[in-house]
Amino acid sequence: MRVPSGGLRTWELQRVSAGYLALFTIWFAAHLILDPPADYQQWYAWVAQPWVKTAFILFFVALLAHVWVGMRDVFMDYVKPVWLRFVLRLSMMVLLLAMAAWILQIMQRVVPA
Amino acid sequence: MDTNDNRPVFLDLRRIRFPAVALVSIGHRVSGVMLFASLPVALYLFGLSLQSAEGYDRVSSLVAQPLFKLLLVPYAWFLSHHLFAGIRHLLLDMEIGVEREQARLGAGLAIGAGLIMLLIALVAVW
Repeated sequence: MRVPSGGLRTWELQRVSAGYLALFTIWFAAHLILDPPADYQQWYAWVAQPWVKTAFILFFVALLAHVWVGMRDVFMDYVKPVWLRFVLRLSMMVLLLAMAAWILQIMQRVVPA
Repeated sequence: MDTNDNRPVFLDLRRIRFPAVALVSIGHRVSGVMLFASLPVALYLFGLSLQSAEGYDRVSSLVAQPLFKLLLVPYAWFLSHHLFAGIRHLLLDMEIGVEREQARLGAGLAIGAGLIMLLIALVAVW
């Protein structure tokens, strides 16, 4: 039997991340509509709760993975020159790593009071 | 590359049929790329809102600006169309709605739901 290789793994990754992103987005939108934070203290305290913070971190992990696969698919379909595709995918990796570092910096400051 | 100049070209946009399944698909891509493009702004605002009370107030007043609200209207479509077209994709993967008539209905529902969210966003901003 063949071990699932790149194509199938990224296909699965795109769907698993999509499922989480959809659930998180609906839940977060519902929270903002039903129980909007009144001020900074409330907003900060809400995000700082361990389970909310974990949900946010998982969201960002899923989001970056989803962007990586999605943009890769777009490049593969519309960018024909191999060298340009390579440059775009490399730039994408650098950009996503920078965003990951940025997200880490934002999230690590958020701690329960 | 070899090109044959006698190839028939058919690019009459008024006569090329663009069925719902094609529209939902290209809309999914366009909205996905736009969501990605707006990610740095979203991250900046998210970070600023958590940084300090002053940062939170700055984000609140920015979000209340009419111009910013106007920018949020297309964003509401990007997000909701991408979400609904994505749910349609997941259902198709489970072999739900694959038959042609059902596929058309599903595509129409995804497009319609995205447009309804766009309308709601427009009314909310008004």
